[in-house]
Amino acid sequence: MATVHIPTPLRKYTHGKETVVVSGATVSEVLANLEAACPGIRERICDDSGKLRRFVNVFVADEDIRHLEQLETKVHDNDAVSIIPAIAGG
Amino acid sequence: MARDQLFASLRAARAVVVDDITQLVGNTPLVRLHRIERECPGVELWAKCEFANPGGSVKDRAALWILRDALARGAIRPGMRLIDSTSGNTGIAYAMVGAALGVPVTLVMPENVTAPRKQVTTAYGVEIIYSSPLEGSDGAIVLARELVAARPDLYYYPDQYSNPMNPGAHYESTAPEIWAQTGGRVTHFVTGIGTSGTVVGTSRRLHEYSRSIRCVAIQPDDALHGLEGMKHLPSSLVPAIYDEGVLDDTMWMPTDEGWDMSDRLAQEEGLFVGHSSGANVAGALRIARGLARAGERGVVVTILCDRGDRYFVPLQWEKHYIW
Repeated sequence: MATVHIPTPLRKYTHGKETVVVSGATVSEVLANLEAACPGIRERICDDSGKLRRFVNVFVADEDIRHLEQLETKVHDNDAVSIIPAIAGG
Repeated sequence: MARDQLFASLRAARAVVVDDITQLVGNTPLVRLHRIERECPGVELWAKCEFANPGGSVKDRAALWILRDALARGAIRPGMRLIDSTSGNTGIAYAMVGAALGVPVTLVMPENVTAPRKQVTTAYGVEIIYSSPLEGSDGAIVLARELVAARPDLYYYPDQYSNPMNPGAHYESTAPEIWAQTGGRVTHFVTGIGTSGTVVGTSRRLHEYSRSIRCVAIQPDDALHGLEGMKHLPSSLVPAIYDEGVLDDTMWMPTDEGWDMSDRLAQEEGLFVGHSSGANVAGALRIARGLARAGERGVVVTILCDRGDRYFVPLQWEKHYIW
């Protein structure tokens, strides 16, 4: 099981929770399970073709998945998966 | 004054001689976007080069006005530090103005602001305190308020989101410059909301020159967006200086449209600007296109907030992020 850290703008999909625990062996699976638990959240993170939106970063532990295997990056038990906006906002 | 004469006198003004860097704040150039304009025949598209400010962004104006006012009122006493929450550009502006005027600066910013912004502020000697990357700029605001409440003797907190000197800077400088630089012909002013200082202060003054000037604010179209520096008000703490009454309209800008326009500005106009600037020009173009379709003429002015080199470029060889 991985712990997904949710940024403030997406907490309306998680009933205000900052973290959600889901299973998944890859980031792709984790996001699918996150979507099942919190419907509507995935289309904020990924575009229509299923790719990560340009301005959203996903980290497994402290590594940006864009520098690993993108959505196929492996997620191990107890890993922290963080969804972090590329920017801090105004 | 004839157009060529106006331009000649303005060009000469660039080679000024000053006593300190704060005197270079403001009086920024206005550039015509001839190529982007091809999509809106009959309408002029102009952009104010706020990246030409000495700290590199439009925020120099607010920082200078805020600090000068605080010093004049005796709100900053010896031994005190200026502290504020900032997504970056205001921090850089405070850092520069603080260094020039001898005021030590502490900045609270989210960990996920871009690396160039962290590096530039530390070069000026500021102390940075980081807030959660998951909480965005509202998290930085909350943390700054907590720090100030704990040490009111140490910190002067200008609070850019509430300080009337923020829109005041634009009321007193940005608006008169736009009025003069367009020879009083400006018909539309459109720009994004960050703290809302620029759009509120500039619009307020432009409406005093002529109530028929249409002033439009731009916001990101979603709470989760990539337009750094801009604020999605429906999901945020609304700045105290925000005054919807001075605006004629609000436009909602998708991140992709703003980012794509930043790319176009660099490639088609030679203007390498940030994403909020891209969003601003995308908004200005929407208005200009609408006028052109209706067979109307117009002089649409927007703001180029900062340069593109302040933005996040992931380097392929950086496997581990150092926030």
